[in-house]
Amino acid sequence: MAKPADVSTASPALATERPPKPGGMPSGVTGVATWADERIGLASLLKKNLRKVFPDHWSFLLGEIALYSFIILLLTGVFLTIWFKPSMAEIEYQGTYQLMRGLPMSEAFASTLALSFDIRGGLLVRQIHHWAAMLFVAAMTVHMLRIFFTGAFRKPREINWLIGVGLFSISLIEGFAGYSLPDDLLSGTGLRFVDGMIRSIPLIGTWAEFFIFNGEFPGDLVIPRLYMVHILLVPGLLLGLIAAHLALVVYHKHTQYPGPGRKDGNVVGYPLFPVYMAKAGGFFFVVFGVAILMGATMQINPVWNFGPYNPAQVTAGSQPDWYMGFVEGAIRIMPPWEWHLGGTTWSWNVFLPGVGLLTGLFIVLGAYPFIERWLTGDTAEHHVLDRPRNNPTRTALGVAGMTAYALFWIAGGNDILATQFRLSLNAVTEFMRVAVFVGPVIAFLITKRICISLQRADSERVLHGSETGIIERSPDGGYSEPHAPIHIEEKYTLTQHVQNTALQITPETDGHGVLEKGAGVSRLRALMSRWFHGGAIEKPTAAQIEAADHHADGHGADGHAVDGHDADGHELTDSEESSQASR
Amino acid sequence: MSIETRKPDNQLERFPVQDPGLEPHIERWTDADKSAGDRAYRQVLAMLGAVPVLAIAFVVIYFAVPRTAFVDIFGMQWDALTFLLGLTGGVATLLIGLACIHWAKTIMGDEEIAEDRHSAASSPEDREAFAAEFAKGAEQSGLGRRKLLGGALGGALGLIAVPAVVLFADLGPWPTAALRKETIERTIWAEGVKLVNDITQRPLRASDLEIGQLVNAQPETLWDHHGTHFQVEKAKASIIIVRMDPERIKIPESRVDWQVGGILCYSKICTHVGCPISLWEQQTHHLLCPCHQSTFDLSNSGVVVFGPAARSLPQLPITVDADGFLVARSDFTVPVGPSFFERDSNNDFVEGDR
Repeated sequence: MAKPADVSTASPALATERPPKPGGMPSGVTGVATWADERIGLASLLKKNLRKVFPDHWSFLLGEIALYSFIILLLTGVFLTIWFKPSMAEIEYQGTYQLMRGLPMSEAFASTLALSFDIRGGLLVRQIHHWAAMLFVAAMTVHMLRIFFTGAFRKPREINWLIGVGLFSISLIEGFAGYSLPDDLLSGTGLRFVDGMIRSIPLIGTWAEFFIFNGEFPGDLVIPRLYMVHILLVPGLLLGLIAAHLALVVYHKHTQYPGPGRKDGNVVGYPLFPVYMAKAGGFFFVVFGVAILMGATMQINPVWNFGPYNPAQVTAGSQPDWYMGFVEGAIRIMPPWEWHLGGTTWSWNVFLPGVGLLTGLFIVLGAYPFIERWLTGDTAEHHVLDRPRNNPTRTALGVAGMTAYALFWIAGGNDILATQFRLSLNAVTEFMRVAVFVGPVIAFLITKRICISLQRADSERVLHGSETGIIERSPDGGYSEPHAPIHIEEKYTLTQHVQNTALQITPETDGHGVLEKGAGVSRLRALMSRWFHGGAIEKPTAAQIEAADHHADGHGADGHAVDGHDADGHELTDSEESSQASR
Repeated sequence: MSIETRKPDNQLERFPVQDPGLEPHIERWTDADKSAGDRAYRQVLAMLGAVPVLAIAFVVIYFAVPRTAFVDIFGMQWDALTFLLGLTGGVATLLIGLACIHWAKTIMGDEEIAEDRHSAASSPEDREAFAAEFAKGAEQSGLGRRKLLGGALGGALGLIAVPAVVLFADLGPWPTAALRKETIERTIWAEGVKLVNDITQRPLRASDLEIGQLVNAQPETLWDHHGTHFQVEKAKASIIIVRMDPERIKIPESRVDWQVGGILCYSKICTHVGCPISLWEQQTHHLLCPCHQSTFDLSNSGVVVFGPAARSLPQLPITVDADGFLVARSDFTVPVGPSFFERDSNNDFVEGDR
């Protein structure tokens, strides 16, 4: 038995010492603040964070839209659960919607009809919920692209990137589960597709199918189970991950775009209180307001048009919600590959584009920060964002990925494309089978060239200033366009980025002929690193900039405010001049 | 620990242009001009002032507008209640947001401030202090001296997960070979079961079908099942009956007596992921799945001619009974729907089989 620690029996009661009244607060606020501080030490908690600085940029709002959509989903979702019955029990419909009176249907579908027709505001909330779900996944996707293209996933934010990938993946499950709940013809078809997808998993497919559906499709338990997943399991996970995601943003402080005075060691922006409270809080109401207006004016998922689920029916043009479109497309264009091994069937035609593509996407996304780090050997912390052009290969990879996603997504509507544009369905499908591989390669090459061109343009701008649009004629008849020097702030912004260079192979033995172990750079890594860094334009050096400035000053002295070439007696094209400057 | 940046040999190489520091603050129009400031103030007040009005309107609409009322806008019928509640509620919510943002942008101080950032890592002192504390705790735990404790705890924690996982073994029935035979490998079709129209439930005669026609059908016995069983059986037993010109189709020797004068019967369930198929191209005898566009040739024993499906559509052997009604000769000879791992579908019908 542990001996109890000494407790002084004569300890003085903990007297709360009232600190002198802080100045500058209205008396009402002071009273509440003092009350709270005496209990939870609010002042020491908030003194640092109340005026925490957040940088301003429109692209930082994308994640906010995702966060606010999630809150809207929680609020509207609670409302919907009050009337929705997650039951597959068959009943005869006797509700308000005349066209379905007397039809047999599940309680889930009947209660969705009741929400849409009998509960005042029910249809509005249902539609807000569905639109907010669309916004949620869309905002999250675009937010992730912003993070990717600006390199915000680099050290120290790799963990937050992984949390983000986790959020993205379980959001797709959340969306799909919610989409399946009304038990209408469209969602039931989606569920049947998932049944086929699960069945295609090698080795365990049939078992997984029987476990999830409690036997054969459709059974009577899958909707209650999805309901649990949709309103308890996944939202709980989302909530926890979002809390961690935001906590890390607060801890790391937000990244910022490059600019004068913005460094890796600081963050420039507006204080949380009052500016960001008003802006971010206000933005929540803007997102909510827009979602409500969407729910009021844009019909979504009119389940009464689809009818109750009937396993013998399907509608032409059936499609999942947009965020599942890329999987749908992959499934559609996949060639019919099946293996037969020792009395078993391996349905690659369903497994690869379904389960394979989804898991592959999440693995590639999750691994990317670590792959890039392996290629650059960059161990530094980064808080100033990359301009996408300054990392041409990453940007090109991102655009290639977007292209692949878009092509898969388009393939998900191959039937619509064929009927709308009077094309052959088979030709569209065959084309997409090739395009999903060729398209990303073309996108990669074009994007990389564009990035390099933009880098070159930046370099030109730093060294020679901006074009004035004035054509001058020299005494001997030559024409030239004088350039105006750009402001120092812009010059700094265009040259502040880190110039990464390819890793070199570490010699296998050091100077003393001793074999090196560990931190070396293998031939493969060096090769990949050279590919990753290939083609990038070196940013102007200080000497080049000084030479260019000097060159401009020489003309400025004779009354020209701009960088003219006319007095030189010879004409230089920009490229000649830049090669001269670099000598 | 300060933020570790890769330091080139000289700072000039890293920053060829020296950081000019934050841009000077430019005074806003609403700060410089009193009337502009007052106008912004009034705008914020007006936006917030409209919110209670809209909130009251929302409540009035909720109680006053009948549930069945419709309004015509742009030639479309709109559910009046949904539209008006959303309009008032949405605009009110939007105005709160816009007012706050307008306030922040025009009235609140707009001087940008810079805050220092510290490395995410702890300082070396903190790390040392942590290591020292950790060592103390580790020492107290006794793990160092009594080495089996850690392993025993780890093993216990690992194994306690086993009962938790086993608890889920009853998630669903186990698809053993015997159960598969009773479930996914059979349908309720059997010898003598009548083919009935899936809507009218009327038995079909050969004379009811013309060349080029497709009929969606079900086994007559389907309606003996109810609730979940009904759905499960319907999900497998659904069929399509087509009548084609016997001269224009290929019928393999083994299936000569599976059809009645060019009337053939196939499973409606796609062998890809199980969608019900019935997009029928009369002239080509192709059947297209609307979900993923797998195409089957019904004039050639249902072989796949395009798309992601890998197996032929199962054909149901049919004949005519004494009263002239179309009946099944047996269940399907192979399972319907998507392939599954435990069964080798290599011996299912393929192009060229006889």
